[in-house]
Amino acid sequence: MHETAFQIFVNALLANNFVLAMFLGLCPFLGVSGRLDTAFPMGVATTFVMLVASLCAYGLNLLLGYFHLEFLRLISYIVIIASSVQLVEMVLKKYSPVLFRALGIYLPLITTNCAVLGVALFQTAREYDFVQSVTFSVGGGLGFTLALVLMASVRERLQLSNVPDLAQGTALSLMLAGILSLSFMGFAGLGG
Amino acid sequence: MNPATTKTWDEFMEGVWRQNPVFVMVLGMCPTLAVTVSAVNALSMGLATLFVLVCSCGLVSMMRKIVPKEVRIAIYIVIIATFVTVVDYAIQAISLALYDALGAFIQLIVVNCIILGRAEAHAAKNPPLPAMVNATGMGIGFVIGLFALGAVREILGAGSLFGVSLFGPDFQPWVIMVLPPGGFFVLGGWLLLFSWIERRKQRRLTEATQNA
Repeated sequence: MHETAFQIFVNALLANNFVLAMFLGLCPFLGVSGRLDTAFPMGVATTFVMLVASLCAYGLNLLLGYFHLEFLRLISYIVIIASSVQLVEMVLKKYSPVLFRALGIYLPLITTNCAVLGVALFQTAREYDFVQSVTFSVGGGLGFTLALVLMASVRERLQLSNVPDLAQGTALSLMLAGILSLSFMGFAGLGG
Repeated sequence: MNPATTKTWDEFMEGVWRQNPVFVMVLGMCPTLAVTVSAVNALSMGLATLFVLVCSCGLVSMMRKIVPKEVRIAIYIVIIATFVTVVDYAIQAISLALYDALGAFIQLIVVNCIILGRAEAHAAKNPPLPAMVNATGMGIGFVIGLFALGAVREILGAGSLFGVSLFGPDFQPWVIMVLPPGGFFVLGGWLLLFSWIERRKQRRLTEATQNA
């Protein structure tokens, strides 16, 4: 199986969108998508962590393969992700304190975002090389941002409309996500 | 029943019903929606999570006095990842077909919010036995939730349950239900049903108090 970098990018961004087709990163998707101005920075921060995690996981996987320690893969991935979130936190705090304060609690929570660990695990399972891994993580991250922004925009509009009492809250968000996911199925086959 | 047993039973049932992780707390959504395309997948995923949950809560609870507060989350994560690795290799050894069907989602149990949430909120403050009882309750609640989703999706989307055809060859499957959007719709439907039941109960309660 050989995919070009472009195919991988389009697939991760649209056809196999991380949130709407692969169900990765649903907790922030349902939790942070209430407002557009928190949804977008959250998406960008997650994309950045995904890129860092993907790079680290690629190097680490080579190292583990060299020493035949594959059974330690999961444990070392999770440690790497936790420390790269810490790193992003420190860098942001030093160079952009405003953004750091805006993201607040969501930043450390990126550690338990399935999408981040998902990127590392899927690129290993599919045996992507270096360029492929990078495009996969960037595409996936942008796809996550796209889904988050779309969902937040729809939910902001919904606050002004009259929905049945019974369907308030999570049930409504899930139905919305279902409809979004349905429309993203239209992209199937786009990546070839 | 003496008070001690009642308390244990209460703690057990809290996770199974009142605080059901899937329907009430809406936690651990990623595996819930991704693997519930069939009842078998849903059940095995639920049981794998149950095992990891009980073992890691037990271990976290045993170590609660020696773990420094500052690094506790990192230690919990490493404990959970260890048990997930065990489950991962066990499933691979038991059934390769199942392993391929669940894919990376077995390893993604690590980042299931239910487990870390239980470890932090309950196991870190209680002795091993109550912690494990509570974890078992939560785990069984999770299994029930996953099964409810998986069964509905398999019946609607493939016309079968546990691979056994239910409606004969003339059944037109509602394919969208086993595709990603179906997961969102079925879970949304279950949540609607539960909030309807809850609301009806409350209305009856207020009517009863008004009449009295």
